[in-house]
Amino acid sequence: MVYYAYFQGKAPDVTKKRFKTVWDIPKEELLAPGHRMCQGCGAAIVFRHLLKAVGKDVVIVQATGCVEVTTTVFPETAWRVPYIHVAFENAASVASGIAAAIKALKRKGVLPPDKKVKVVATAGDGGTFDIGMQALSGMLERGDDVMYVVYDNEAYMNTGIQRSSATPWGAWTTTTPVGKRWRGEWRWKKDIVGIALAHRVPYIATANPAYPLDLIEKFRRAFETEGPSLVHVLSPCPPGWRIPPDKTIEVAKLATLTGMWVNLEIVEGQPRVTVKVPKRKPVKVYLKMQGRFRHLRDEDIAFIQKVVDAEVERINKWVGEEAIGPVVEE
Amino acid sequence: MAAQEAKLVERKAKRLALTGNYAVAYAVKSCDVDVVAAYPITPQSPIVEKISEFIANEELDAEMVHVESEHSALSAVVGAVAFGARAFTATSSQGLEFMHEILFIASGLRLPVVMAIANRALSAPLNIWNDYSDVMSARDAGWITIFNETAQEAHDAVVMAYRIAEDPRVLIPTIITLDGYILSHTVEPVEVIEREEALKFAPKRPRGYRPVLDPDKPITMGVVGTPEYYYEIKYQLIHAMRESVKVIDEVFSDFCKTFGRCYERVEPYRMDDAEYVLISMGATFGEVRAAVDKLRREGVKAGGLKIKVFRPFPADLLEKYIGGGNVKAVGVLDRAVTVGGATEGPVFNEVATALALRGIRLPMVSFVHGLGGRDIFADDVVKMFKILMEHASRGESARRTYFIGVRE
Repeated sequence: MVYYAYFQGKAPDVTKKRFKTVWDIPKEELLAPGHRMCQGCGAAIVFRHLLKAVGKDVVIVQATGCVEVTTTVFPETAWRVPYIHVAFENAASVASGIAAAIKALKRKGVLPPDKKVKVVATAGDGGTFDIGMQALSGMLERGDDVMYVVYDNEAYMNTGIQRSSATPWGAWTTTTPVGKRWRGEWRWKKDIVGIALAHRVPYIATANPAYPLDLIEKFRRAFETEGPSLVHVLSPCPPGWRIPPDKTIEVAKLATLTGMWVNLEIVEGQPRVTVKVPKRKPVKVYLKMQGRFRHLRDEDIAFIQKVVDAEVERINKWVGEEAIGPVVEE
Repeated sequence: MAAQEAKLVERKAKRLALTGNYAVAYAVKSCDVDVVAAYPITPQSPIVEKISEFIANEELDAEMVHVESEHSALSAVVGAVAFGARAFTATSSQGLEFMHEILFIASGLRLPVVMAIANRALSAPLNIWNDYSDVMSARDAGWITIFNETAQEAHDAVVMAYRIAEDPRVLIPTIITLDGYILSHTVEPVEVIEREEALKFAPKRPRGYRPVLDPDKPITMGVVGTPEYYYEIKYQLIHAMRESVKVIDEVFSDFCKTFGRCYERVEPYRMDDAEYVLISMGATFGEVRAAVDKLRREGVKAGGLKIKVFRPFPADLLEKYIGGGNVKAVGVLDRAVTVGGATEGPVFNEVATALALRGIRLPMVSFVHGLGGRDIFADDVVKMFKILMEHASRGESARRTYFIGVRE
């Protein structure tokens, strides 16, 4: 795109698919088993696929959070790639420093100029939408060669299911409890993709572990982007969402099938829906599966449906086709 | 003593008229730093402005990360150093406070970061002028901390700091300070250490000499330390900080031989037969020297001790200089406060502890002056000596801090 050519970064070639079938996914496990993530943890699937997509020539930076505390308990580690955790709010800044070091050391001959190594910053929704927002904005704005992955479990799960600015409307959390006056979260999720777009990030995607080929393809493309990229991944959390551990993929799939989560790819500002949903399911099938929405009344669900309908309309208009169809009751 | 030795070493050094800030920037350039990340804050900003010029003019081959905050500045530097680069940052006052969280992580990860602090008071009220409240708030963060009295000292300290911090026996981040405005913006003639000399004195080691983030040899940094391990990992830092004294002395001595400028962790001024001793640090010590000279002319056996290396705390040298039998009373001039402390003088509290634990029982007096850039005059310091002498004659320490130069 001509417009994007004026700015930092360059999207990779998105005409070819690397991962057409599950057989194209590398067998090598760079995230070792034996970590302490919960049964059915969405993030475990996300990170396993992330490392399969990017391979060994990577440095992982991780914000404080669920995955960090469950994979790096000394003297063990689940990471078979170089990994650093510094603090909660600064994954993007630490990654910028590493990206700068890679650049400088290559130029100065400390690293061979053809040495392949790229930094990937990872954080949860709290570490991205809230406390890490400033560092993220700085990294994106500077056009640093950093891939950023946000695994979004829609609350502060590590500290005990407190509300974040990624918590969806109506969700129960321990800080938006259901009582006489409050009935769960009453604000809508922050638009992180819109924020990344405002920074003219050349490659932005949203993904969902229920669609692993789509997920891993996007991880690879984000990794091959020159300059910053951002992948926003839905990460169901059985204890936080109050779902049985064997329902992670089912609930993630319903998020997309109801239009509550749309799998997008925005290449140099051009959006498209990568997982089209011609016949949308009503949001209630997604909400009813989860204990965090148990208190919702019919009118609450109707309200969420209305807002999701409007959001779907906006996205369809934006991508220029009816990628997400109308609700079809079964 | 230092001056005499200086004459023995013959060097053709380039002398430039530099502010303290520029003196630091020139040293950073000579150390061939790979990554610089910093955020503007008065009075530090000219350091990074000058470094930016060096990079812009290809005088320094480094990456500059124009971060959006000091928190990110130190975070980026932590990342760069963890990857194996030589990195630098600088800040002051509020900026250091904003970094505070990461200070502990840099030392906990044992990363040889070097940071310059142009000392400035802390808000509120907002104040851009000199005192040491900023660096004093970092005193428990596990950083080696070197105070400087002149622009030349600040320049030299940068070069020494890289060698100390990066020594495999040390691997502790290092702060070098320069008094805001008094040094940061005041021009002095500075003998500049050239790149070849700096890199010979503080050579860059091969990237893998310490644990770094390397895909060919993956390690995990920044782990969770459970109660079974945390204590031992912290103790390693405590041990390394204690042991760093040897390396610091070694580096100071080698610097003296190489460049003819000699430093000591505690520097004495007219201490040989001194009876009344005032301890201070940084550029403030200039006023102590002036007061000592004045009192000596009056026949008072006054002396001064400058704490050059504040962390690790030089208790051994304080004992050496104070415990000889001549000294009748010891005062400490603090340019920072610990509000509500045993006394309000943070350095005093440490000096008192260090002396008491070594069985040195002398009348001691805590002085505070110069907060928020209030000028300290030599006569103010003379007044402190007089108070000190009074306490000596009564054989009594002061139970409370004397606040000099404040309108009550």
